[in-house]
Amino acid sequence: MEETSAQPAHVHAPPQGFLWKYVFSLDHKVIGKQYYALALVAVFTGMVLSWLMRFHLVWPNAHIPGLEFLSKVGAPGGVITPEYYLSLLTMHGTLMVFFVLTNAPFAAFGNYFLPIQIGAEDMAFPRFNMMSFWVTFSAFIVLVLAFFIPDGPPISGWTAYAPLSAVGSDAGPGLGWGQNCWAISIALFCAGSLLGALNFIATTIDLRAKGMTFMRMPICTWAWFITSCIALLAFAVLLPACILLILDRTAGTSFFIPSGLVVSDKLQPHSGGSPLLWQHLFWFFGHPEVYIAILPAAGIVSHILINSMRKPLLSAKAIIYSMMSIAFLSYMVWGHHMFLSGMNPLSGLAFSFPTLTITIPATILTLIWLGSLYGANIRITAASLFALGFISMFVSGGVSGFFLAQPSIDIYLHATYFVVGHFHMVMGVAALFGVFSGTYFWFGKMTGRMMNETLGKLHFWITFIGTYCIFMPFHYLGLVGNIRRYSTFVDDFMGPLMPLHKFITIAALITGAAQFIFLYNLIYSRFKGAPAPDNPWEGTTLEWSVPSPPPWNNFGDKHPIIYHDPYQYGVKGSKGDYIMQDSPEQAAIPASGD
Amino acid sequence: MGKMFAVVLVIIALLSAYPIVTHKYVPPVDISTHGHAIDEQLNDTMAEAGLAFLGAQFLLAFFIWKFTGLKRDAKVSSIPAGAKIMVAAAFILVGTEVLALGVFGQKAWANVYFTSPAPDALQVQAQAEQFAFYFRYPGPDGKFGPLHPDKIDEGSGNFFGLDPANDVESRDDVVAAEMAIPVNKEIHMLMHAKDVGHSFFVRELRIQQDFVPGLDLSLHFTATKIGKYEIVCTQLCGLGHYNMKAYLNVLSQDDFDKWMKEKIAEQ
Repeated sequence: MEETSAQPAHVHAPPQGFLWKYVFSLDHKVIGKQYYALALVAVFTGMVLSWLMRFHLVWPNAHIPGLEFLSKVGAPGGVITPEYYLSLLTMHGTLMVFFVLTNAPFAAFGNYFLPIQIGAEDMAFPRFNMMSFWVTFSAFIVLVLAFFIPDGPPISGWTAYAPLSAVGSDAGPGLGWGQNCWAISIALFCAGSLLGALNFIATTIDLRAKGMTFMRMPICTWAWFITSCIALLAFAVLLPACILLILDRTAGTSFFIPSGLVVSDKLQPHSGGSPLLWQHLFWFFGHPEVYIAILPAAGIVSHILINSMRKPLLSAKAIIYSMMSIAFLSYMVWGHHMFLSGMNPLSGLAFSFPTLTITIPATILTLIWLGSLYGANIRITAASLFALGFISMFVSGGVSGFFLAQPSIDIYLHATYFVVGHFHMVMGVAALFGVFSGTYFWFGKMTGRMMNETLGKLHFWITFIGTYCIFMPFHYLGLVGNIRRYSTFVDDFMGPLMPLHKFITIAALITGAAQFIFLYNLIYSRFKGAPAPDNPWEGTTLEWSVPSPPPWNNFGDKHPIIYHDPYQYGVKGSKGDYIMQDSPEQAAIPASGD
Repeated sequence: MGKMFAVVLVIIALLSAYPIVTHKYVPPVDISTHGHAIDEQLNDTMAEAGLAFLGAQFLLAFFIWKFTGLKRDAKVSSIPAGAKIMVAAAFILVGTEVLALGVFGQKAWANVYFTSPAPDALQVQAQAEQFAFYFRYPGPDGKFGPLHPDKIDEGSGNFFGLDPANDVESRDDVVAAEMAIPVNKEIHMLMHAKDVGHSFFVRELRIQQDFVPGLDLSLHFTATKIGKYEIVCTQLCGLGHYNMKAYLNVLSQDDFDKWMKEKIAEQ
C-alpha cells in the first residue's frame, strides 16, 4: 500500500491559557484524557447503580442510608421501590454501554494514541474533535439530569423498546421527561460519536507519517480504525431512530406506535406505527456496538501482549483480517436479538448462520493470541495480567454466544440471566480488562508518572476472581430459567435461587470496592507516582519515541520516518531485544511473524 | 506470579464447570411435545462449548505457567507451523461445529415455528397488558367476537373490549385470568397486546414469545403433563413487570370440560 508523507494541513498553534489548554482544547491528547475522565465518572456511577440493584434483589426491604435524598419517590425511607429498580437498571445500562464501553477503549485511548502511533501531530479535524467531546459531555449531562427531575429516570431499559418508551408518562413513571432526557442524550451521543468516527477515519487515511504504510500500523491503531468505520455506520442509524422516537413522544407522530393501544385506560391517539421498526433500527446499531466496545480492547490487548511477550504475534495480518470480518459480519446479525419478537421465523434462520459464523474470526483471534504465547518470554506486569485476563474473559463470554446464536435454544434462554452473564463477560468485563490493561501500560506516557505496580496487581487479582464469581453464576441462573429485569424474586418460583443471588451480590460488593484501589492508584500516581521514562516497557511503536508526556505537537519539530513493521521484538538491537519503528537500524535476525 | 495465575485460572475453570457437569442448575422438566429437541440442542451445545471453554482456559494456563518467570534475556521462539495452523484449525473445527449446530438446531426451531396447528386444535386467545394476562376461549360457537379497544373497561371486567350487545360471536366467549388447557391436546394460541410489549414464557413448556402491539401472532403447542405452571412476562413492560404472572393449568380432558362448563355458567 502507498505511503503517505502528508502532515496535518491544519496544524494549530500551541494553546495559550487555562481554558484553551485544558477545557476547550484542540489537542487530541487532552481530548483523549477528557474522554477518559468522563468514562471514569460514568463507570463509577454505573457501578454504584449496579450495587444498589444487586442489594435490592437480595434485601428488597433493606434501608440504604442516604438514598432517600437521591429520590424521595423512588426510594422512600431509603428503600428502593420496584419502579426505581427499573430506573437504576436503565441508567446503569445506558451509562455503561455508551459512556463507558464506547468512550474508554475507543474514544479515550484512540484519541490519545492513534495520531501518535501513525506519526501525526494531531487529528485531521481538531475542531470537530473538540466538538465531539463536548457534545458527548452534554449528552452525559442530559442523561444524568433524569435523576433530578420529579418524574425520575426512565424505566424502559437501555434498549428503550417502543411503545413503552414512545407513549409517554401514561405507561409509567419516568416515561415522561425521564425518557425524553434519555432520547435526547442518546441522539447527542450519536452526533458526537459520528464526528469522532469521521475524524479517526480521515486521520488514519491522510496523516500517516512517511513510511507508515497501512500494514506498518500497530494493531491497536487498526482496531480503532476498523471500529470507527463500524461506528460511522451504526450511530448513523441510531441517530435518526432517536429523532423518530423524540417525534413520537413530542410531535404526535406514530413511527413506532400502532393503532388501538389502550394504556392506563386511555386509548392512544396514534396509528400506523410498528414497534418492530424501533427494534430493527436499535439492534442494527446495537449489535455492531458490541464490537465498538470489544475490538478496541482486543487491539489494545494485542499491542500490550506483544510487548509483554517480547515477540510479535504469529500473524498480525490474521488478527487484522479477523477484525475486519467481525466488523463486516456485525451488520448481518442484529436479528438474533429479535428471534422471539414476532419476525418471520425464516429470518430466525437467516440471522442465526452469520451469528454462528462470527465465531470463526473470533476463534482465529483467540488461537493467534494463545499460539503466540508459545515460546514467549512473558513479563508479568499489571498491564500484562489484565491482557492475559482479557483472553480468559473473551473465551468465557464468547462460548456462551454459541447458545444464544441458535434460535431454538434462545426460546428458552432469551431474557434470562444467561444472556446477562454472556454480554457482561464478553462486552463488559473483557472490554474493561482492555481498558485497565491500557491504563497501566500507557498511564506513564499520558501523565509523565508511573502507576503503582503492586496496587495494580492487587487490583487485578480481586477483579479477575471477583468478576468470575459474579458473572459465571449468572449463566447458572439462566439455565434454571431465572428472568432478567425483575426487581424481586422473593415470593417467586425463583425463591430457591436466592442463596446464589446473595453470593453474586457479595462478590459484586467486594469486586466493586476493589475498583477504588484503582481509582486511588490513578489519583495518587498522577501526583506522586515515580517519574515515567520515555520508554518504560521497552516498546517499539511511535508513542515510545516521544517524551512522557508528549509535547503539544507530539514530535516537537521532527517528522518521524518509519522503517519497520511495528513489532520488532526478539531481535538483536542496540538497545536490547527490540528495534523501534523509527530507528533505521536493521535487525541481524528479522523478527518472526509476518 | 505467572505460575500463580496459571493455577488460579485452572481452579476457576474447574469450579465454573463443576455445577454444569453435576447438573446442579438445569431447566425444569419439559412438559411439551417439542421441548425435547430444544433440550437436546442445549445439551449438545453445552458439551461443545464446555470443551472449548476448558480447552482454551487450560491451554492459556499452561502457556502462562511455562513462559513466565524466565530470564530477562531468554530467547523467544514460535510454533513452527505459525499462524496457518491456527487459522486452519479455526475454520475446520469451528466451521464444522457452526454448521452442525446451525443445521441440526434448525430442526428444533422448525418444530415450533414451521408446522401448522392441527385443524382441531383448541384456540385460546392470550391478551397481555400492564400487568396481567387474560385468556379468551371462543365458547360453544367456536368463534371469537371482534375486539373494540374503545370498549375496554377494566372496572366492569371487559378486559378485551368485547361488545356482546352488537356482536353475536362475543356473547358466548369465555374470559379467564388463568390459562386452563387439556393435556395432550394441541393448543393454538393467538397473542394480542393491549398496551405495550410483553412476552409469554412458560419454562416447563419451552415456549417463549413476545406480544407485539399491533401485530397479532400465533403459536401452537401441546402440553403432556397435568399440573400448574407459572406464566411470566419476560419483556420489560413497566413498573409492575416483575409481578406480571398468570398460571397455565394443564387439566385432564374431563377436568377441562368441567372447568369450561363452570366458566360458561359464570358468564
